[in-house]
This record gives sequence, C-alpha cells and structure tokens, in this order.
Amino acid sequence: MDDSQLKLDVLELISQNSRQSSETIGSMLNVDKETVERIIKQLEREKVILKYSALIDWDKAESDKVTALIDVRVDPQREVGFDKVARRIYLFPEVKSLYLMSGTYDLSVLVEGHSLKEVAFFVSNRLATLEHVVSTTTHFILKRYKEDGVVFEDGESDKRMVVTP
Amino acid sequence: MSKKFVARSVDLLPPSGIRKFFDIVSQMEDVISLGVGEPDFATPWKIREAAIYSIEHGYTTYTSNRGLPELREEIARYLTRRHGLLYDPAQEILVTVGVSQAIDLALRAVLSPGDEVIVPQPSFVSYGPLATLAGGIVVNVELKEESRFVLQPEELESCLTDRTKVLFLSYPNNPTGAIITRQEMEPLAELIKRHDLLLITDEVYSELTYEGKHVSFAELPGMRERTILLNGFSKAFSMTGWRIGYAAGPADIIGAMVKIAQYATMCPPIMGQYAAIEGLRSAEADVEAMVKEYNRRRKLMLNGFRDMGLKCFEPRGAFYIFPSIKSTGLTSEEFAEGLLREYQVAVVPGSAFGSAGEGFIRCSYASSVTALSEALRRIEEFVNKERRAGNRAISGA
Repeated sequence: MDDSQLKLDVLELISQNSRQSSETIGSMLNVDKETVERIIKQLEREKVILKYSALIDWDKAESDKVTALIDVRVDPQREVGFDKVARRIYLFPEVKSLYLMSGTYDLSVLVEGHSLKEVAFFVSNRLATLEHVVSTTTHFILKRYKEDGVVFEDGESDKRMVVTP
Repeated sequence: MSKKFVARSVDLLPPSGIRKFFDIVSQMEDVISLGVGEPDFATPWKIREAAIYSIEHGYTTYTSNRGLPELREEIARYLTRRHGLLYDPAQEILVTVGVSQAIDLALRAVLSPGDEVIVPQPSFVSYGPLATLAGGIVVNVELKEESRFVLQPEELESCLTDRTKVLFLSYPNNPTGAIITRQEMEPLAELIKRHDLLLITDEVYSELTYEGKHVSFAELPGMRERTILLNGFSKAFSMTGWRIGYAAGPADIIGAMVKIAQYATMCPPIMGQYAAIEGLRSAEADVEAMVKEYNRRRKLMLNGFRDMGLKCFEPRGAFYIFPSIKSTGLTSEEFAEGLLREYQVAVVPGSAFGSAGEGFIRCSYASSVTALSEALRRIEEFVNKERRAGNRAISGA
C-alpha cells in the first residue's frame, strides 16, 4: 500500500477525532492496529502531529475566557523580515496563535485572557510597545458560531425515521 | 368496518416486513438504529440554498409533466459524462417523484395482465408489490451468497416462460450491497436480447460504488432499446425527502410513462427539481466526499462482523452490509428482535426482503463511526451470549 496516502488518511481521521482508537482507524483503512500506531509514532517524531486537543465550548463550561484577534502592523527588518518580531510576540504564553497574513496588516495574533481588561492591558503594555510594531487593532470575539468545522449551536441533529426500507 | 371498500388486490398485498420493526423500535428509547435506508448527511448546503433561493424568487408552480427542461438536460449530460450514454432530454428522459415513482410508472406502462416479471431476491421491498398492483405476475429467483448475490445466467434461464416480459434488476443492491461487473452483465444481456425481454434497472446507488466503476446495463450493445434506466438523487446527493428521481429509455416507453404521470402526479415538486439541477451542476465533489466516508465505515463494519466470527459477504456498493447470522441458530426475526429488546440496536431482518434473505440481517452504515462502533460492540455481546446458550443446549446443560 502507498504509505504516503495511508499517512494522509491517518492524519485526516486523527484530526477529526484524536481520541479514536488505533484499532478503529485501522479497521476503517483496512490495515492492522500496529501499522497505524507505527505511522502515528513516526508522524509525532517528524512533528507533523504536534498536539492532541479537544474543541471546547468554554461559554457552556461557564469559564471566564476572553479571546481577541489582534491585527498587527509591523515594520519588517532587513534580512530577517517578520520572523524576529513574530518570535518576540509568540513567546508570550497569552498568545495562542500567530499568523503572517496578506492584506492590510501583517500579523494576526490570537490572545486569550480572563477578562477584557486583562487582554486590553496585554495589548497596550506588552504588544504595542514592542520595537518594530507599528500599530495594533484589537477585535474581541463576541460569539462563536462555528470553529474547526463544528457548529456551536444545536447544529443539525438526526431527524431521520428510525427504520426505513 | 369499512374494510369491504378496500380493493381485494390491495388487501392481499403483504404488509412491509419493515413496518413491524418500525413499530417496535419507535416505542423504545436510546436505540442505535442500523435500520435506516437513507444517508446520515443532510443535503449539501449549496443544494439547499439553491432551492431556498428558487422559493424566495417565486418558483412555486407546476412544471412540464416530464420535468424542467434544464433538469432533463443536466441528467442527459450526466449520463453521457458517467456512462457514455446518449439520451434525448426532450423525449427519452422523465423526471419522477423519487425513483419509487419511476418504478411504479415503468411497471404500469409495460405490464398487461398475465405478463410475468422476474424479481431476484433478496430485493428492495417495493418491486414485487408494485409489479402485482400493475397487474403483473411476480416470479422470484433466489440470489446466492456464493455468487456474490449476482444473478447467474442459469438462474435467469430457469425461470423464463413464454409469458416473461420484464426482468427487474438493481445493482448496487439494497439490501445486500452487491455490485455487478461488466463481465457478469454480458451473459445476462445476451439472454435478455435472445428472449426479447425488457430490462428495468434500478441504479439509484450507482454513485456509491467502492470497487471499480459502475457500469450501466444500457451501455451494453443492443441493450439501450430494451432498457428502462432508473436513477435519482436520494442516495448520492442525500436528497431523500425532496422526492426527485428519473427514468431514461426509448421514447415510446418514456412517452407511456409520461401519460400515466400527467394524470397521477402532474409533475415532481419544482423546488426539488431546482435542487437537483444545482446538485448536478456543482455538487459532485460533495458526493465524492460522502462516498469516501461511507467506504471507511464499510470497512469498519466488514472487519467488525468478521472479527466476531460472523460470515459476512463483502459489500462493494450502496451503504448496507448483509452478514449471515445462521451460526447463532436464530432466525433473522428472532435475532433482530432479541438484539433490539436486549441491546437496543435495530437492524432489519433479511427476511423482510424476501425468503432468500432468511438467515441474514441488513445493517445500514449510514451513521457516525461512534454509533457504528458501539453497535458492533453490542452485537458482538449478543452473538456471544447466543452462542453460549446454543452450546449449553447442545451439551444438554
């Protein structure tokens, strides 16, 4: 079997549900459990698989998480471009995601905190003050409709009749 | 009380074997149902959106009896693209209220009293009853697991008489999941031509083929003029509730079907037709994604049943798997009822699809992997329990 296609299939299944057993994955791809485990270990070593996590609706969990997406405009440095500034930003643990973007701004920074004030302070005290950061525009997430392919509202339930020919 | 008003022919029709199960299951809570004959994906949003748009813009009227010309053209293009078939959308294609109506119209258009219709079994529950209602005489022939549930030429020949008019085939097959290859079709086509029969072929599961490419009977030499090709949107495009199917065939036969349809239903729902047009124009990638997902579940189920020691034919089409439960010593109905009452898993007894289905159960894998895995786990417990009970009975314990 073409190993590279098998790796992609395993990755697709793990990314949909990382708690699926190797046995179930193997059963769906017609290979044995040991082959699946070998492939997963290899992908972990190669850092293709970086982390296993769960998608949580924190609002339902009644936690006080606040998330903001900040558009950052940067003055890129000779030879290193955006990388050095990006590193100085992502090293902060409050920064959960950092992307280099095309368009009207350069970096998209996703920051999490326990309150609006906390996040706003982070941006004004730590982020906006960094050398080479030209400007920041902070957008707070007010409501999540859909994330990572999952609809947060009471999506589309199974409305089918239980037995049909 | 008013039973005397009901026609005798209808009174004599056997009730659907599935109905009994539906009635039991609907009384219970928290059942994992493997008895559903429709996809677990809602209709792709882009198709729904196109239909909603057409309603918003006032497209709510009758259409031509044959269906919207744009839809017939798209269907003709699809049949050319997929099968190299050329059908004239003006005369040789009819859009129907689901494939179910296409089956009914085809049979009513061609059967005269005394004509025999060969219906291989196990088969979808409608074929026999509709043929009977149309005045035909149903001749059943049993498909064998050893032949991968493919009709063998000898089996066909053994039930031909000088009154045989129609052969009814359906591949990929409900309930077995069997497919038929071109090589297997050729000798059947020869017999059909030699005996001047009409073939009605229900190919509604054609997109759900997991090995090789689906070949339509109409593609074979000399078959087009004696084949009514039936297909639809319910299974591949997840459009079961929209009720849109179609028939393609020689102009005189299609014309006869149109005649009946224009009196019986006028036309299929216009919003369903607009949805179908959108499906053919833009949703083929969505269909491929669904087929890929079904294929994974198919392997999960096949491996699951074989691992629990049940003999299981490998289905290569549709979304059903048909394991044999003979080794438990129970009948299909006993197995299905026991499994349902004790473990809350619903499957359809194979006997609901004809006596040839006795000893089998039909499990649909149109459900999430989580549900399927849990169902397999419970079925295994049930099978093991029955085996232990069977062993005790044999050893006289």
